[in-house]
Amino acid sequence: MPVQRGTHLKRLEDEAIHIMREVAAEFRNPVLLYSIGKDSTVMLHLARKAFYPSKPPFPFMHIDSTWEFQAMGEFRDRLFAELGFDLIVIRNDDGAKAGINPFDHGSNYYTNVMRTEPLKEALTRYGFDAAFGGGRRDEEKSRAKERVFSFRTASHGWDPKNQRPELWHIYNGRVAKGESIRVFPLSNWTELDIWQYIMLENIDIVPLYYAAERPVVERDGTLIMVDDERMVLEPHETPEHKKVRFRTLGCYPLTGAVESEADTLQEIVREMMIARTSERQGRVIDHDEAGSMEKKKREGYF
Amino acid sequence: MSAAEDFSAEAFGDYLESQQNKSFLRFITCGSVDDGKSTLIGRLLFETKLIFEDQLAAIARDSKKHGTTGDDIDLALLVDGLEAEREQGITIDVAYRFFTTEKRKFIVADTPGHEQYTRNMATGASTADLAVLLIDARNGIQVQTKRHAFLVSLLGIRHVVLAVNKIDLVGFDQARFDAIKADFETFAAAFEFETLQAIPISARYGDNVVAASQNTPWYDGPTLLAHLEGIEVESDLAARPLRFPVQWVNRPNLDFRGFSGTVASGSVRPGDAVVVAGSGREAVVSRVCTFDGDMAEAGPSEAVTILLDREIDVSRGDVLVPPDHRPDVTDQLAAHVVWMAEDAMLSGRPYLLKIGTRTVTATITDIKHRIDVNTFEHLAAKSLGLNEVAFCNISLSEDVAFDPYEANRETGAFILIDRLTNATVGAGMVWFALRRATNIHWQALDINKQTRAAIKGQKPVVLWFTGLSGSGKSTIANLVEKRLSAQGRHTYLLDGDNVRHGLNRDLGFTDADRVENIRRVSETAKLFVDAGMIVLVSFISPFRSERRMARDLVESDEFFEVFVDTPIEVCRERDPKGLYQKADRGELKNFTGVDSPYEPPEAADLRIDTTDGPAEDHAETVVAMLKARGVID
Repeated sequence: MPVQRGTHLKRLEDEAIHIMREVAAEFRNPVLLYSIGKDSTVMLHLARKAFYPSKPPFPFMHIDSTWEFQAMGEFRDRLFAELGFDLIVIRNDDGAKAGINPFDHGSNYYTNVMRTEPLKEALTRYGFDAAFGGGRRDEEKSRAKERVFSFRTASHGWDPKNQRPELWHIYNGRVAKGESIRVFPLSNWTELDIWQYIMLENIDIVPLYYAAERPVVERDGTLIMVDDERMVLEPHETPEHKKVRFRTLGCYPLTGAVESEADTLQEIVREMMIARTSERQGRVIDHDEAGSMEKKKREGYF
Repeated sequence: MSAAEDFSAEAFGDYLESQQNKSFLRFITCGSVDDGKSTLIGRLLFETKLIFEDQLAAIARDSKKHGTTGDDIDLALLVDGLEAEREQGITIDVAYRFFTTEKRKFIVADTPGHEQYTRNMATGASTADLAVLLIDARNGIQVQTKRHAFLVSLLGIRHVVLAVNKIDLVGFDQARFDAIKADFETFAAAFEFETLQAIPISARYGDNVVAASQNTPWYDGPTLLAHLEGIEVESDLAARPLRFPVQWVNRPNLDFRGFSGTVASGSVRPGDAVVVAGSGREAVVSRVCTFDGDMAEAGPSEAVTILLDREIDVSRGDVLVPPDHRPDVTDQLAAHVVWMAEDAMLSGRPYLLKIGTRTVTATITDIKHRIDVNTFEHLAAKSLGLNEVAFCNISLSEDVAFDPYEANRETGAFILIDRLTNATVGAGMVWFALRRATNIHWQALDINKQTRAAIKGQKPVVLWFTGLSGSGKSTIANLVEKRLSAQGRHTYLLDGDNVRHGLNRDLGFTDADRVENIRRVSETAKLFVDAGMIVLVSFISPFRSERRMARDLVESDEFFEVFVDTPIEVCRERDPKGLYQKADRGELKNFTGVDSPYEPPEAADLRIDTTDGPAEDHAETVVAMLKARGVID
């Protein structure tokens, strides 16, 4: 059953559709950055709605860090086979060959080499002048001030002091050659909105969001899933089977699981509402140092 | 949210149901650094339990480093996001915060209060339905409070809360509160806010924020949160006439041609008659289509795709409206402008203006007066600096449809964009159409450009030759016209010298006259294009902005700029009319290249170096370009 007219979620849906149509109409060559996570899957769903009965008039692009959960790749391939949408997959093969991994090289360096740099390189190579991302303002402090149309320099940098004022629902999509805009149609959604929407719209998401028995080890207070044989265990570590789920998805060595019994959407939402820790805590990348997300954004990470 | 913890799995379904039906309020908080604005928002987030444990731990850590509250947790740190701001202890941008209660979902725009951040306040206010104005009970109404009230009113917010903060620091004194409230009501009467609620609060300790305070027994009004939860701010957009700005033409196949957009106001149903506001073309709505099925009716803020019963010319930027309630359609309007850029706004300089889904070129023709945001005084002004507000006359390159901002915030608002940097430099609110063009709706002519061009079997375009006097523009343009004519093309050549003998005989050579000279020629070229002709224009046209204006008058694929690039030394040597000699002797004033500048094109469609080869070859190059660009076969 789709969201009902006159509700908060319908307003958010309409706003996101409006934003996507503005981008399709004003930009020469937009792309939707698809991370396979729940937010970008909601974004994909909204793109289907925005242009129906046409197909979304832009391709989707996935930056494959080579360390993502296996279930994510499977989900992505099945989804795009069903929809018949254009998908570009970007992989830093040199980095993979050189064996860059989150265990030996640290999350900062690894994320930069396997995600941020390939993303920037691909945006430049394809000449995309607008890229949709699933960022939300409620996620993190530096994002609370993010624009819906976030201006990026030709080197894909983000200068928080040099962002355009954004008034009413009028978005300024003009860029010079080489410059681009990151577009966040979900800016005004909260995590709860996303889950409620997934539930109401019956949107298929990666099974990792649902609790199941999975092999995990505890590292520095975070539960890490042993997703494949590349996971190097410390001498004292033995994988244990625990009923866990993930609140966000990314590279498995950097994504903490939470112990949970929630194996239905309703249970997930209920659990989430009782939760006392915020979503990004499961991301190792955020608390490397204070203000770390802001630094990554300046460098071009989403 | 707290209730969720008590819910059994069974009852939870009902709870979610109620969650979805919550109403929604967007509000803005205004106040300066010391008024405790960030602390208030932090308090609201804290009290509605939206602060997670890890965030609290992070604030506790940060409070020791940057905090201003001693050993207490500094709630302001929750909302002051960027590193620079945390270090300076001030909020310098608009932050959006979210919280929810049992009754409502809220989006708060947290904006800085200093005068130099007027632009941020305008940004936050543009999407808000209510404003919370914070003042420090110790200081009472300040100059900045008046500024905030003015801006809030200017941006069309009709509901105001006067939060008299730090009431604890004046000993919860009722007389103090009453005096401040009376002061504010007196000066704000002119703004005619629909509701105005004064509340004594302490953001730091929570008095009257969520729970009624024991310390203010004399106050019997609502707490801040209760007021925010209860207030009705329903806009009257649904009751207004339909405005449907077309965003995107949806054409998946030959059988489906829909117009995608968001309903700005009013409603639309299958069977409704609509017209295109600019052209006056009429049709009947056949379907209101969405991914989730067709709708019987769509209202304000709903994103849909409209199908019409017949093929009429509709594209992005057009507005579908009812035939009997049309908006103003004009190219001259009066508006309030808030300037948002370091570089001053100048009368006469062209900017881009985006209103709804339409972008046109706009020139501020007259700054009627600047408004002092602190005293509301009207002052004379030639230009407008950052964070200044003015009432201006604006001239547009083509007609746009709009409503006065007061009547419709969706169709009466626009932004101004700098043409070189692409930055958003201004925000405007339309007051009225200058020429009152309401009743002279554009006649929808049955014979149009396409028809006329089709009879001639050609694509009408403008070939704009620019270059110094003596560069060889006219020679080449003549040869090009001959070649086109020989191929059976219908052409017309507008030559600078010739036009100055007739149409423009009243114009001299000052910068202002040169601009007018080009404007008339551009308009004439446009008429010829409309008549289906290939127009060759041979004019020095020294200024980029005017050539840009000429380009903007026609469709983007109908204009070709040919830069006849001859070095000034060569032109001087040729000097076919002896003009350079005269200019050198001081007999000719404002001569381009001598004592008046020539701005060469930055991205001409074609650049011709006349020092290389005969004029015939250059004419051939122009014809070849027209072939390559698909104008002629």
